[in-house]
Amino acid sequence: MKLKGWGNYPQLEAVVLSPDTQEDLKRLVQKGNLIARGNGRAYGDSAVNEHLTLDMTRFNHILEFNEDTGVVTAEAGVLLADIIDVFLPRGWFPPVTPGTKFVTIGGMTASDVHGKNHHLDGAFSSFIDWIELLDGDGNVKKCSRRQNKELFNWTIGGMGLTGIILRIAFRLKRVETGWIEQRIVRTQNLADTMQVFEDNDASPYSVAWIDCATRGPKSGRSLVMLGSHANQSDLSPEQRDDLFPKPRPRRLKVPFTFPGFVLNKYSVRIFNEAYYRWAGRSTQTQHVKWDGYFYPLDSIGDWNKIYGRKGFAQFQCAIPMSSAASALAEILDAVSRSSQGSFLSVLKRFGPQDNPFSFPLDGYTLTLDFPINKASLRLMEKLDEITLRHSGRFYLAKDSRMTADVFHASDPRIIKFVKARDKMEATSVFISAQSERLKF
Amino acid sequence: MTNSSVLILGAKSDIGRAIAYKFAKEGFTVRLAGRNRSELSRLKKDIEIRHQVAVSAHEFDVVNTKAHLSFVKRLPELPEVVVCVIGLLGDQQDSETNYASADLIFDSNFVGPSHILSVFANQFETRGSGSLIGISSVAGDRGRASNYVYGSAKAGFSAFLSGLRNRLASKGVQVTTVLPGFVYTKMTADMDLPGALTATPEEVGDGVFKAWQAKRDVIYVRAIWRWIMLIIKLIPETIFKRLSL
Repeated sequence: MKLKGWGNYPQLEAVVLSPDTQEDLKRLVQKGNLIARGNGRAYGDSAVNEHLTLDMTRFNHILEFNEDTGVVTAEAGVLLADIIDVFLPRGWFPPVTPGTKFVTIGGMTASDVHGKNHHLDGAFSSFIDWIELLDGDGNVKKCSRRQNKELFNWTIGGMGLTGIILRIAFRLKRVETGWIEQRIVRTQNLADTMQVFEDNDASPYSVAWIDCATRGPKSGRSLVMLGSHANQSDLSPEQRDDLFPKPRPRRLKVPFTFPGFVLNKYSVRIFNEAYYRWAGRSTQTQHVKWDGYFYPLDSIGDWNKIYGRKGFAQFQCAIPMSSAASALAEILDAVSRSSQGSFLSVLKRFGPQDNPFSFPLDGYTLTLDFPINKASLRLMEKLDEITLRHSGRFYLAKDSRMTADVFHASDPRIIKFVKARDKMEATSVFISAQSERLKF
Repeated sequence: MTNSSVLILGAKSDIGRAIAYKFAKEGFTVRLAGRNRSELSRLKKDIEIRHQVAVSAHEFDVVNTKAHLSFVKRLPELPEVVVCVIGLLGDQQDSETNYASADLIFDSNFVGPSHILSVFANQFETRGSGSLIGISSVAGDRGRASNYVYGSAKAGFSAFLSGLRNRLASKGVQVTTVLPGFVYTKMTADMDLPGALTATPEEVGDGVFKAWQAKRDVIYVRAIWRWIMLIIKLIPETIFKRLSL
């Protein structure tokens, strides 16, 4: 069947199987040349292998929960949405969450996802106690920071290329309510935006929506959204009656794939201007529900359809602190000069790197969306070049179009990863379209 | 809401799982039965954690009818509701010439399920309460060249349920026949199914629970199937036999 990532680009004809027992998985691993796939929320070709893609969503059992420590043991195909559904009403929340709850725990581990709290708490892996991995020989290996440490380290952020992640034990965090205390800070330019991040480094959650369409002195103006889990005593009586609000139903749906021309530099500029004014209209502290705060796009079923049939790419880089300001300024300049608009652009302060192969590094990460076309692909090549020049690197879960040369130049850790993967004899077994494209 | 228990025969199937989750969500104690108990233990833990109800897993093979009585005796209690989800689609072409595989289809869809439900029916009759729910198939509404071995076994099961319902109507025991139509499951994973006619396992789970609550006799999970099957049943045999269905 036609298989693609969330960005609908590239689309590849792939054989997909949906096994549901460990014995089936062991048999399939003997065939070699395959990749495990979760809920298909990686943007590009990370979880696609034309020869054989293993849909892991039937491994969706929660196996254990310790009510004292908050440790959950789950199969790799369990959705984060299910974890929230089950445990939020009991006062527990995921310690780290990406911008959608429709990811699997296995995918979160393979990508070592980060969230709005990375600057304080680190990536998802900081909360993983152990994992169980099916290796290329069909053996199940328990891996942690003490046991099979090397395998553990390369599997975290290893994009499924070291084996099939079967089970994950990770820690939830206690919350008193499902409400978030949110404050929005409207900034005037890039320097101002970065200063707000630095000044609010104690805020548990922080992320900025950044206007990439405006040039000149206002370039990089943003809405920095700060947040923290609200306590019961902070809430109004009505809010207290709904202590753990249910997720919003997915009522809105994009009815059809938009024609490619709907998103252009003009519509994007108008949207950016309007959003900056509208969302930034109130800078008062307010209490918002967890679902709208963490997953604003989840209530719109297939929002990826707005980018047209050719799909879209998400560009996400991380730039070390020392060169962040100049790199970001250059990137914003390149984007605003191009005919390409980035509809959703997000800036975030990262804390230090988590695991040997995790994406985050001490600095800033910028995320941009572009519909796929010749000009945007050219622009992203330029952004690659700027990132490389400033010692930045790229997030594999988002990538769909980078070249192997750029990837290898971006990160000296890749050689070590390749060697380690060879040594564990995973190289000829676990392969994705992305690993072939990027030659690693 | 209740401490009643539901027994799901064939709990590992997609429809069986969905029914188990629905009853667990409604507060039922859940007894899972199937051929591979260690596989069921994953499901047991998951339901326990998600819905905070008591769940147990039991080894059960529907075609081994000799073991049915002792299976029922070993259950922690006589359940309030028994749902039989067991079915085997088989391979029509193979079963036309390979009589052993035809027998297995008959045994799995008709002989075995009717046997185990008879055991429960008698005990429910003595107790004077309980619900028996059989997942049959629209394929049993009329035999067709493409799947008449499976279809005839399901026809037998539907007739069995109908007779049982008639027998127990005055004894306080409810018998419900569920006709799911197309469902997206492992069984149909290789088929190209029409979306408007195809239900999800969760829809079947919800439908079964509602049918139990309302003490329904026969339900089509998607109402359109009632009309489709009515039309198919009304085609005169002289014409029907020439159609390729």
